[in-house]
Amino acid sequence: MIPRLDDGAQDLLRDLAPTVLCALVRRYRDFAGCEDAVQEALLAAAMQWPAQGTPDNPKGWLITVATRRLTDQIRADTARRLREHLVVSLIPADEQIALAADAAGVNERDETLDLYFMCCHPVLSQASQIALTLRVMGGLTTSEIARAFLVPARTMAQRLARAKQTIESAGRTFPDLTAQDRAARLPSVLKVLYLIFSEGYAASDGDELCRVDLSNEAIRVARQLWRLLPDHPEVGGLLALMLLTDARRAARTGPNGELIPLDEQVRSRWNHERIAEGKRILERALAQGAAGPYQVQAAIAALHDEAPNIEATDWPQILALYDALRFHDSPMTRLSRAIALGMVNGPAAGLAALDDLALDPRLATHHRLAATRAHLLERAGHHAAAIDEYRRAAQRTTNTSERTYLLLRAARLSDSLAGVELKTVVG
Amino acid sequence: MKYMLLMNVPLGGAYQIAGWPAADITAHIAFMRNFTKTLSAAGELVAAEGLGGPDQAKLVRAGARGEPITDGVFPEAKEFLAGYWVVDVDTPERAYAIAAEASAAPGPGGRPLNLAIEVRQVMSDPPSDWTPGA
Repeated sequence: MIPRLDDGAQDLLRDLAPTVLCALVRRYRDFAGCEDAVQEALLAAAMQWPAQGTPDNPKGWLITVATRRLTDQIRADTARRLREHLVVSLIPADEQIALAADAAGVNERDETLDLYFMCCHPVLSQASQIALTLRVMGGLTTSEIARAFLVPARTMAQRLARAKQTIESAGRTFPDLTAQDRAARLPSVLKVLYLIFSEGYAASDGDELCRVDLSNEAIRVARQLWRLLPDHPEVGGLLALMLLTDARRAARTGPNGELIPLDEQVRSRWNHERIAEGKRILERALAQGAAGPYQVQAAIAALHDEAPNIEATDWPQILALYDALRFHDSPMTRLSRAIALGMVNGPAAGLAALDDLALDPRLATHHRLAATRAHLLERAGHHAAAIDEYRRAAQRTTNTSERTYLLLRAARLSDSLAGVELKTVVG
Repeated sequence: MKYMLLMNVPLGGAYQIAGWPAADITAHIAFMRNFTKTLSAAGELVAAEGLGGPDQAKLVRAGARGEPITDGVFPEAKEFLAGYWVVDVDTPERAYAIAAEASAAPGPGGRPLNLAIEVRQVMSDPPSDWTPGA
């Protein structure tokens, strides 16, 4: 068997990938070519390090190998272009041989940050931003990303190649980003990381062993970003939100991948180390002021994580936090607010809030509206109406585990109603 | 050779899973998960997808300028496609055997549903009975 890199070396490789790419792009400009060369260097390391041992200077090793691949490519391209009488090499021949890509005196931190902003270039579709971020910032291979999103490797390779072409022709990339570009793109970076996290969180059902764990990847990349921007409250907020949510992952699904709702989770199975870390990061972010939506959602997650059970949860505080989120109007947070309202003022109050929300065309036929209504109806004791709403929600969702959960919830209620009727008839 | 196994279920027929008791739903879902897992472990599974409900389906036609014109659901439809498997097997008989297994998925009371599974060969190139020089 081919020896494999241990997890530590694998993490080291992935952590180094963005800095190695920065070093090359700084020198050679050609982003797409540099990115391919770095991928090849990462593969070479994965093949050679297990047998030869991790080199003393792993970053230098990767830069040397990637540069060699890149210059081979440039020479091949130059030769081809010479044949075509089109000499357009951007790099003078003597500089191609002087390989000082790892030059001192540059601001590595800013350049690594700029890579994030490049991956989330506004000309890219969200799917491309996600794929490029995982490859460039996460150091994942194309086939790993493809498997994670359950698409063929060829599709993902095309998506990445197109993405690289698109940003190169659009300009405003590394290293020409302005402060305005950076400020404008940070929200996209945070959103992309959150989407990667959510994708992994929704997909995690225990038996997908060959898939990369996207939640862990998102946390790892968000942690890198947080180290670069420790004083940005929303970056800390996002990382805290991920940790505080991910802490419940093991308790969130049963042995057959079935969803277990918060009120039925075995709370001792939560990851208390993650909760503690998430709370530390959140406290620091909150101290920096300017509360944004990620911090507020992280604070809500922390309140759930701290509670011994659903009844002892600080619902009034959660409701107040959802009210604060109303400035960042999103249909899903408004639904969650209705649940909190139902916990504080009783299910009827929650149901009344849902009637208002049903006027929003984004929500009117959304399965989550029906699912939330079903939960509140069940709590209010209106079981027959709850069954109808659970079934309606099950019909509308396109997520398999969610559909199973909703169908079973309806069936259990219906089973118990049938049991009651049977008893009445027999008794 | 590849085959597509289509699970067409009648509207209002036996496959009204939402109305089943919880234990039967659980058994049916466990069967389906296990079925796909076994096919995958045998190296026969190419793809498998379940589809969203028919009330979200749209019929799309191109308008005069090529723009999409969407129609709501077709109330006259008597059945809808609930999902499909694509398998890669050596013989048509094997594809039929797999389809029969899917057909026998447990329904209410654990009794086999005996759903009709449509088996279609996936077109290939070159044809499977073509040999070089023949």
